[in-house]
Amino acid sequence: MSILVIAEHDNSSLKSGTLNAVSAAVAIGDDIDVLVAGSNSDGVAAAAAQINAVAKVIHANNACYEHQLAESVAPLVADLGKNYSHVLAAASTTGKNLLPRVAALLDVAQISDIVEVKSENTFVRPIYAGNALATVQSSDPIKVITVRTTAFADAEAGGSASMESSDFIVEQAAAQFIGEQLSVSERPELTSASIIISGGRGMQDGENFVLLEKVADKLGAAIGASRAAVDAGFVPNDYQVGQTGKIVAPDLYIAVGISGAIQHLAGMKDSKVIVAINKDEEAPIFQVADYGLVADLFKALPELEQAL
Amino acid sequence: MKILVGVKRVVDANVKVRVKSDNTGVDLANAKMAINPFCEIAVEEAIRIKEAGAAEEIIAVSIGPSVCQEQIRTALALGSDRGILVETDEHVDPLAIAKIFKSIIEKEQVDLVILGKLSIDTDNNQVGQMLAALCNYPQGTFACNAELKDGKIEVSREIDGGEQTVLLNLPAIVTTDLRLNEPRYASLPNIMKAKKKPIDTFTPADLGVDVSTNLQTLSVEPPPERTAGIKVESVEALVDKLRNEAKVI
Repeated sequence: MSILVIAEHDNSSLKSGTLNAVSAAVAIGDDIDVLVAGSNSDGVAAAAAQINAVAKVIHANNACYEHQLAESVAPLVADLGKNYSHVLAAASTTGKNLLPRVAALLDVAQISDIVEVKSENTFVRPIYAGNALATVQSSDPIKVITVRTTAFADAEAGGSASMESSDFIVEQAAAQFIGEQLSVSERPELTSASIIISGGRGMQDGENFVLLEKVADKLGAAIGASRAAVDAGFVPNDYQVGQTGKIVAPDLYIAVGISGAIQHLAGMKDSKVIVAINKDEEAPIFQVADYGLVADLFKALPELEQAL
Repeated sequence: MKILVGVKRVVDANVKVRVKSDNTGVDLANAKMAINPFCEIAVEEAIRIKEAGAAEEIIAVSIGPSVCQEQIRTALALGSDRGILVETDEHVDPLAIAKIFKSIIEKEQVDLVILGKLSIDTDNNQVGQMLAALCNYPQGTFACNAELKDGKIEVSREIDGGEQTVLLNLPAIVTTDLRLNEPRYASLPNIMKAKKKPIDTFTPADLGVDVSTNLQTLSVEPPPERTAGIKVESVEALVDKLRNEAKVI
């Protein structure tokens, strides 16, 4: 068994999802290589080499991989993937964009969003927005898998993998990168934060999110939102926690003014401790909350800020 | 320009599904079925492109048992021109679905394919990307905006840190995210008219696609239940619990 993990990065830093994908790989077998496909990405390759349990880093460092478009990276991964029994990536938007394309090039199934490794060919994955867990078994020669990052611990540092460069080049002009608008924030990333405070429709407008920010500052927390809050235009869509947004599992999740629609719960119900603050004591969010506070959030949030 | 849209029949998004007691799957007997919400967005986007004068024909394709005709009829009532049902009672994996779409694309000479990014039953998020690979077409997945520009399509994509914009040659595959548009409702006159629109039926074998799978579902189980905890009376009590009981702050 040999496993190829696709590193997630922005050419300057290695993203934490890579560490979760490596942990899933460790649960499958012990011959683990990591592919870093990028441009001017030496630092990323060096960081990947320090992940414990990684034997070799394959570094494809070429301008054609600068924006890591699936059209460019998939042929590279498919070419390398032929030599492996498993190809893994984080189930981030990058991994979800890339791996099905790789699987089709290899003419094998892709297994999405696994939360548990039962054996080298048997995996557990959520279906129906997490309302059911399916155990699936693959008889494909190459298993192409995306990994739900919150279900696997971060792989530890302390490795010293060997380095190999790949000169495989993909020339394609069918897809062209135009630009990116990335949210700039000093706060931790939602998917790796240990504390998250999220606002819902009850926040009433985007300006009131400042109340959450003040609490978040005290806790070193990330800020999230429900789909209702995003659809209402209070905050940008990359704040969205839920089935169609980000799946999170922090140590502490504080849901403020969020009723608890199924699709929101699907994104946060694996959090260790859930707090709900809502003035409607019938809100479904209280059914999953460890600690519920029935209160007007406009009073409770400033009090909470003071008390921390 | 010819646009192909996929419409999958799934359980209605508002139905809370239950796992069958024998753990073979979820119980869908008598459950309300509907077009997958992301597919509805795909249909709407195609209709808007046609209404803007940039497309002549929209073909709505569904793959599954004969009752999938209902979802094709809905897509026709919304504004698609004709339907194709690829009829099978077998479970069809994303790769085989992509192969079926590919064979239809080749037959119909389609310029743009718009699919939902995922279906809310299997949650795979694969078919668009697989189809793009099989056809060697570019892919604009998780689209929150799409605009035709000089024979190409510019797609803004929802990505983890924000948004990314790519320019794709046609033919291309676009998969929809929630905020691409707000689907309309079908009007009664259009529902009546849709009954006269043609639906062609094929089997996967007619299209040369083998739907056997290398991925077996061994069991389906309910997720661990999370139980409600306690209500606290005040912010002070909450902070005390978080500090001294849960020890998370």
